[in-house]
Amino acid sequence: MRSTDELKCLFDEAIAGHRRSLGRLLTVVERGGQAAAAVNDMAHAVGGNGHVIGITGAPGSGKSTVTGQMLRLLVAAGAKPAVLAVDPSSPLTGGAILGDRLRMDDGPDSFIRSMATRGQSGGLAVAVPAAVRLFDACGYNPIIIETVGVGQVEVDITGAADTCLVVVAPGWGDAVQANKAGLLEVADVFVVNKSDTPGAKDVRRDLEFMLDLGHVSGHEVRRGSRPNIVNTIGISGVGIDEVLAEAAKHLERLASDGQLADRRKRRIAIEIRSHLQQQLAETVDALIEGPVGGAHIDQVANGSMRPSEAVQALYSGLDDGGCL
Amino acid sequence: MGNDEPIRVVLAKIGLDGHDRGIKVVARILRDGGMEVIYLGLRQTADMIVAAVEQEDADAVGVSLHNGGHLTLAPRLVQALRDAGMETPVVVGGIIPDDDVQPLHDNGVAVVLGPGASADEVVASVRQAVLTSRT
Repeated sequence: MRSTDELKCLFDEAIAGHRRSLGRLLTVVERGGQAAAAVNDMAHAVGGNGHVIGITGAPGSGKSTVTGQMLRLLVAAGAKPAVLAVDPSSPLTGGAILGDRLRMDDGPDSFIRSMATRGQSGGLAVAVPAAVRLFDACGYNPIIIETVGVGQVEVDITGAADTCLVVVAPGWGDAVQANKAGLLEVADVFVVNKSDTPGAKDVRRDLEFMLDLGHVSGHEVRRGSRPNIVNTIGISGVGIDEVLAEAAKHLERLASDGQLADRRKRRIAIEIRSHLQQQLAETVDALIEGPVGGAHIDQVANGSMRPSEAVQALYSGLDDGGCL
Repeated sequence: MGNDEPIRVVLAKIGLDGHDRGIKVVARILRDGGMEVIYLGLRQTADMIVAAVEQEDADAVGVSLHNGGHLTLAPRLVQALRDAGMETPVVVGGIIPDDDVQPLHDNGVAVVLGPGASADEVVASVRQAVLTSRT
């Protein structure tokens, strides 16, 4: 592990615009543990007010292409955007192919970092907020988090962005798919990508239909307003300016009606909850694998203790140990 | 640097060379070897690769060449990395004549993998190059 002085030094360099140091610190926060917590605290102390934009959608819908086009326009307009592109790790080997940069133009004014999901233990829910905070402290704005909309953690962290874009494309399903819960419920803006292909009109109609029902089911109550729909052709950049305009408008609305602070608090709640869950999980694992846990397991196995009694006794033990 | 963390490898086609079948197979082999592969795609310059290595904090870089440009482009990539203050090991794959292997090593290329390399060889040599560079 790097020493605190070393981390502080890297952090100061990153703040001053040294990209290599920022790259290294992102590795530190991705690994978790005390070093990550220290870096996260440093970034928190510096603060920032960057617009955090989540972008999600089914594989192949064009998230990375749309993101790449957004980067191009943002840089041309003088902004300093950062992208955190999350792709899944293989549950079997732990390896991953991170191919999002492939579709994004890189330049000295933007920073793109690929991140693999690395297991299911909630590490992502801890690493992503820390990485976002780091980008924010270094003055990047907006900060775009791109995730495949698969898995609760991914949906949670993307949905907790200031503005969440959901990319859909023709061929992703019919109105029934649009009404299934999950991904679509977290949208603040819908992007209908590949709008030059057959079926784009149907996608838009199905979305409108679903949003009409939202009057009844409360989408607007949960997300604050009815999401607008933007048609894009990612590959040629058509409609991307409108996506950015909608995102900016959404941020303005959040800021003016006080919801921005609520969303940011919700992000912090998700982050702190994930940290606590990780720590508790480690404590529980140690207990179960230790002698006390083993003794209780033996008693349940030989019939001298009921499972519920073992749970209660071990839980009380956690409490007594000052863990809870 | 803990050795249980996944090795991060940037893979790219450098220069004007569209033969990307091989590098995609290598990407898959390294993924199955438990590594995180950041694939940059076609027509990358040395500077573009250096920028990606910086941002991704990669442990190794792999480039594939099938166009005869390896003696020009691979040393240029090694030099660009060193100029940027990075000791990241460079792995070269593709169609590399036997006589060119030593000159590539002389120019700082850590590993040269030809078409006959097995999956195990690919994974083991990248891992070895990373471990060597960490010491």
